[in-house]
Amino acid sequence: MMRALSWLYLAAAYLFIFLPVAVLVVFSFQDGRLPVPPLQGMSLKWYEKVLSDGDLMAALVNSLIVALISSAVALVLGFLAAHALARVKLPGSVLMRVLIIAPMTVSTLIIGLGLLTFFNQIGIRPSLLATGIGHVVINLPLCFAITYAAMGDHQKNAERAARDLGASEAQVLWLVSAPMLAPALAAAFFLSVTFSWDEFIIAFLLTRFDVTLPVEIWSMLRSGLSPATNAIGSLVFLVSIGVVVLAEIFILRRRA
Amino acid sequence: MSPAARERRQGWGLVAPALIWLLAFFLIPFAVMLALSFAHMEERTVVHGFDPGNYVRIFTDWTMFKALVNSIEITLVVSVVSVILAYPLAAIIAFRVPKRWQRLALLLAVLPFWTSYVVRSYAWLLVLGQNGVLNKALLGLGLISAPLEIAATRTATVIGFVHFFVMLLTLTIYANLIQLSPNYARAAQDLGAGRFQTFRHVILPLTLPGVVTGAFLTFVLCIGDYITPQILGGNNELTLPQLIMLQMGRGGNFPLASALSVVLMLVVTLAYLLSARWLRLDRV
Repeated sequence: MMRALSWLYLAAAYLFIFLPVAVLVVFSFQDGRLPVPPLQGMSLKWYEKVLSDGDLMAALVNSLIVALISSAVALVLGFLAAHALARVKLPGSVLMRVLIIAPMTVSTLIIGLGLLTFFNQIGIRPSLLATGIGHVVINLPLCFAITYAAMGDHQKNAERAARDLGASEAQVLWLVSAPMLAPALAAAFFLSVTFSWDEFIIAFLLTRFDVTLPVEIWSMLRSGLSPATNAIGSLVFLVSIGVVVLAEIFILRRRA
Repeated sequence: MSPAARERRQGWGLVAPALIWLLAFFLIPFAVMLALSFAHMEERTVVHGFDPGNYVRIFTDWTMFKALVNSIEITLVVSVVSVILAYPLAAIIAFRVPKRWQRLALLLAVLPFWTSYVVRSYAWLLVLGQNGVLNKALLGLGLISAPLEIAATRTATVIGFVHFFVMLLTLTIYANLIQLSPNYARAAQDLGAGRFQTFRHVILPLTLPGVVTGAFLTFVLCIGDYITPQILGGNNELTLPQLIMLQMGRGGNFPLASALSVVLMLVVTLAYLLSARWLRLDRV
């Protein structure tokens, strides 16, 4: 009885979880003008339309650039800070940890609005650079927390040994700490990229002419329902799934 | 210089870039916003000063206060419903699904995470809309005679949110359940506890920190979200983030938008203080 109920619950949960995505993908093939039932036949014309849309593709490239660069910066800053705070007892280290984690608990809307008012006052115009700066702020805590949690005694001993053998601090970081933490660093970078890639509100507030993909999709939505939105949404989904599967295979293979 | 002092100096050097970045692009902007929230608008220019008028207005102007109440109500409902739905799902995956399939089951349970956030809300609109899949299906089955009006209501917002947060919470609760040694449950049962008693007195308390941490994250992300209520909830009733964007966009009233943001932040802080006892933010 309990067992049957469990499977029933599992099935219902999956139905709920997959429903919107299934509808999204199915109606991206709609051979009509509206992405709602009835399905009038299968067509790839909306994919064609989306892929030949210059603004959309430019936004996609912008998103990719912002995501990769801002994640790299967040990873380096987070890793260095985690390394220092895990190893050396500094006065106020608890306070510093709290400060570095703090942006995680603040709504991105507030971070974005704060940056917008600040940039307005010092005369920085909304741009992809401004957006990237904001994305570092939201991803730094994540990169810090993941690498900090991954640092153990085992690693500390290896670092000490390297230092005793005359390695400089830079050598210790680059040749000992970073390789030992490679899985955590990769995970942090990967998560940051997906968050930045998908982030809307900061990008919406801090861009003007060059926009990121979520902002471009947003402006598509404002002109009403269209299977074209389904098509771009399905494409984003497909690419993300591809990346996840690759990451999964990569990680599983490392474990085996 | 002693080795300890040198080590400390190197430590400062390594932690400095992160601190400077957050000082410049997180703390200072927040301070600027806080100062701006005490300014006011005359015509279309900002007049700086120390004027608590924006805050007075938020708590006395009914449309503003209502947005705050709406946000808190929606967020509380979403957090509670999401936890209630996600806990059994995580437990079934952790205890019923065979070990070798668990990774796959979990991966599937969070698959829609990987669609764009904006697109996910839009997809729910296609499901819940007047001509949407749900209405067409229910009409087709003869269960209803007229289409349900779910889109552009609070229900749609809640459904969209719950969908997202069930995925998030399933992940965090699963991670907690899987760490529990089966010996706890075994010991409780050896001592004569029934299934429910074991859950109520052993499993639940042990996973409570994880649940509260997940619920807190849900609270923070939900109350600050603009997209889901804007796409699914329509403009009939506003949430706080919608009101903030409205003040900034159409009104260009940055001081009021700042004050609203500060209030939003205070609500989150209050939630933090209430749940701090069980929170484990360092091990999300």
